[in-house]
Amino acid sequence: MNSVPDIFRILPELVLTLTGVLVMLTDSTLPPAWPRRTLGWVAALGTTFAFLASLWQFSLPQGTGFYGTVETSAFTIFFHVLICGIVLVALLLSLDTLPEDSHHQGEFYALIVFGAVGMCLLTGAVELLVVFIALEISSISTYILAGYRKETGRGPEAAIKYFLLGSFATAFLLYGVALIFGATGTTQIYEIARLAVSAQNHSFILAGLALMLVGILFKVSAAPFHVWTPDVYEGAPSPVVALLSTAPKAAAFALLLRVVYEMFPSLHGLWSPLLWIVAVLSMTVGNLAALRQQNVKRMLAYSSIAHAGYLLAAFAGLGSSGIAAACFYTAAYAAMNVGIFAVVTLVSGYNEKLPLVEDYRGLIYRAPVLGSVLIFFLVSLIGIPFTGGFFGKFYSFSAAIGGGAVWLAIIGLLNSGLAATYYLRLALAAAQRAEDKKAKTAVSAPQVGVAVAAALMFAVGATLVLGIVPGEVLRAAEAAAHSLQAPPAQTGSPANAKDPQSLR
Amino acid sequence: MTAMNDSILTLILLLPLAGAVLVALAPDRAKLPNWIALATALATFGLTLHLPAHFILGQGGFQFEVNRPWIENPAIFYHVGVDGLSLWLVVLTGLLAPIGVIASWNAIQSRRKVFYSLFLVQQTAMVGVFISLDLMLYYGFWELSLVPMAILIAMYGRKDGRKAAIKFFLFTFIPSAPLLVAILWLYAQTGSFDFATLRILIAHGNFPAGPMLWIAFAFLLAFAVKVPVFPLHGWLADTFTEAPVALAMVVAGKLGLYSMLRFHIGLFPAQARAAAPYLIALAVVGILYGACLALVQRDFWRLLAFAALSHLSLITLGIYGFTFTGTAGAVYQILNHGVVDAALFVLLGALYDRYAASEIAAYGGLASKLPQTATLFVIGSLAMIGLPMLGSFVGEFLILSSTFTGVSKGWAIAASMGVILGAAYMLWLVQRLFYGPENAQTASAPAADLDGRELATLWPLAVLMLVMGVAPSLWLPPIEQGVRPPQLKQSAVLPENLLLLPSMPNSSPGEVQR
Repeated sequence: MNSVPDIFRILPELVLTLTGVLVMLTDSTLPPAWPRRTLGWVAALGTTFAFLASLWQFSLPQGTGFYGTVETSAFTIFFHVLICGIVLVALLLSLDTLPEDSHHQGEFYALIVFGAVGMCLLTGAVELLVVFIALEISSISTYILAGYRKETGRGPEAAIKYFLLGSFATAFLLYGVALIFGATGTTQIYEIARLAVSAQNHSFILAGLALMLVGILFKVSAAPFHVWTPDVYEGAPSPVVALLSTAPKAAAFALLLRVVYEMFPSLHGLWSPLLWIVAVLSMTVGNLAALRQQNVKRMLAYSSIAHAGYLLAAFAGLGSSGIAAACFYTAAYAAMNVGIFAVVTLVSGYNEKLPLVEDYRGLIYRAPVLGSVLIFFLVSLIGIPFTGGFFGKFYSFSAAIGGGAVWLAIIGLLNSGLAATYYLRLALAAAQRAEDKKAKTAVSAPQVGVAVAAALMFAVGATLVLGIVPGEVLRAAEAAAHSLQAPPAQTGSPANAKDPQSLR
Repeated sequence: MTAMNDSILTLILLLPLAGAVLVALAPDRAKLPNWIALATALATFGLTLHLPAHFILGQGGFQFEVNRPWIENPAIFYHVGVDGLSLWLVVLTGLLAPIGVIASWNAIQSRRKVFYSLFLVQQTAMVGVFISLDLMLYYGFWELSLVPMAILIAMYGRKDGRKAAIKFFLFTFIPSAPLLVAILWLYAQTGSFDFATLRILIAHGNFPAGPMLWIAFAFLLAFAVKVPVFPLHGWLADTFTEAPVALAMVVAGKLGLYSMLRFHIGLFPAQARAAAPYLIALAVVGILYGACLALVQRDFWRLLAFAALSHLSLITLGIYGFTFTGTAGAVYQILNHGVVDAALFVLLGALYDRYAASEIAAYGGLASKLPQTATLFVIGSLAMIGLPMLGSFVGEFLILSSTFTGVSKGWAIAASMGVILGAAYMLWLVQRLFYGPENAQTASAPAADLDGRELATLWPLAVLMLVMGVAPSLWLPPIEQGVRPPQLKQSAVLPENLLLLPSMPNSSPGEVQR
């Protein structure tokens, strides 16, 4: 542990911070008339370096740094790579879709990068105060980004809503941290895990855990803490939503995994039924609400609530199989969701002249490639085999079934049948011939630039890889699960129980 | 030849996919997508013919088998193979692909690239369903087969394609949710998705009976919707009305029926036997209900849909009668129905292309103007009715006679009534379309009889119906073997890898040969 300099433990965060500072300072020193687009490329380059730095961290031995506050392990690296990938796609997407004359472009890129710092730090933190700080770093940048379109009424509305509700949620989290500190006398996660078993103030710990769960479940927009999601997604610029609906959620899920599996495995009997209920609520509420939406972004917002529910189903799994399934689902969800918001950005445009499902009518005729990509991501969101969405659901629900929660899996899969309705509505609208009468749909095909094409290819490639050869990612997820010090209740996963070959 | 035998199924599976990619990448110039699709489909069909040519009769189990690990955890294998049950179904799928391409040649005018690439993806999915021996792999192809179908129905629907597509998709997608849960539950219990492994484990009775009943029911439900079995046929008429001809002719029947045989009866013989009385009753209701509704339809697509419901119910009756003869007849009838339905769809599609009307009342007296169409349509209708010398007769006879001797005389008589009604609605349809006074609507329209392209698809089908009718012994031996593996002839003890399990009524194998 001493052999690794502390600085290496936070290398990706460091790279991102330096990039953010560089972008922000350059932005303020450049003459106002100069275009800021290059800064976006700088940010993307910095994120790429952070991505590579995360991969490089694989060569480090697992351990903590900075007096046991941050950790590098297969788990943190998995999420670092994921978050950096998402941020990279979001940056590439913004590069081509932000209007050239939009205000404060430099700040926009810097904020995205600073947000990434917070998210990465959140996944690596093993000390509750660092967790809180990281959460705030990521939240504050996303609050600002959500309100980036100041010229429309919806932008500030989204930002204020997100900020107020988000502050409440973080306050809950902080209160939970305080109670846990009161009960155990420490904020270090391993220490808490050790002391929680024998702590005398058991009710403090229970209350603390419950309050922390409220804060975290707000961030992942699980029902009943989801009400902010549709409004924020509708008001925020689409490239920001691509980021907002994936990266902070991935980080928050990492935190949730850490809290329940690493900090309080002993309280499995408490949080497991709670998460069961939240999972069922999220998928049902999300899907039922999405059915009635005409606005594509609102529909996808509710769909993301439902996906949070599918992901939470994995928490019913036993030990490492549940963690691995949750990690995998996060990756699959991120790939397809960032992709579909990329398409939405291109189709609707920055100013969102075409926000409704009906506006997508005939997309495949106007823009064949973009239309096909949209349908591909929707197919993945439905969960059709050979796409990432399928294996995500597959692992999540098989973990649930392995953990004995058969009903959860049945409810989840029936929900995904329900969800197919609205995804299909959009997909088929895109496939259907547009009626020429409507002048609105007679717009020309969206322009697809180099950066955004690269972003789309990245997302399509990731979704396909996760759907056809998920082996490598799954191995990484399993390594992540093992490194998270699975609870003692871990029984061998049924997969290794019997070798199907030997029975033939 | 062993290298070929090892890779043939993979080739059949991947060639259409490669064709789809090629179509998608090639420029959309003139008929280029059509030609690529046709070449791919013909090549695939050629490859499928390798299977019956090198299928070894008398060798039990699966042939051309490939079993490679695909994903480590969960243990999903790329495990494919065919036996007598699936052999001809793969060939049928191969045959219908070029026919589908040719039938769409002029009918599909816009976005040919999308159409033909999705059409070829659909081929891959269907072949995948027939050859997969790993439940997850199977499930993958099963679900995949929905997507191109739904998109193409929406894109090329005649009136309200989107509604029909959503109806089709939801009807078939929602029941596959319990199917997936059932598969995952089996995996959680056994650690295997492998068909053969699971069959042995289930045959040994290692599972609690209560959950198994639900698991088997989940399998059955998913398949019954896809067939469709009465009362789950709600999607069929709309899909037949809206879907492009090339897809409508493959959407119903074979996928669901094959899955019932392989995965419902094959994996859960005891539970399937318990469900059989209900399914027999539903099948007979379906036969009569479908036939009665077909009689009163005003639109020929809908008529064909209810006729299909009636005929597919008859096949279901054969499957769940649990006799060797009936099952063999049912498999044979799946093939016949596939061929006959394809021919009728091509013919009605040809009429629709010419007159843009699907109301039967818009037609009349076409026989003098379109003699070739009329001739082929009569042949197709007679085959559908089950005239001796044509394929369906053999299948229907095997099913009905085995029901009569092995199941119940009452059900057999009721089912035979459906066959009589079938003659009524088909012949009445022929009469209304081709004979009688000329209809003003169609008399004024320019009439061109079938062109060389259409004839090139229809005559082979007509010949095939005849060959299947007069020489069933060409086709039946592998099917019988799939239904009753050769080991059974020698030993009285039932080996584990049997499709059908204990207490089989004694209908002699000679009966099939006649």
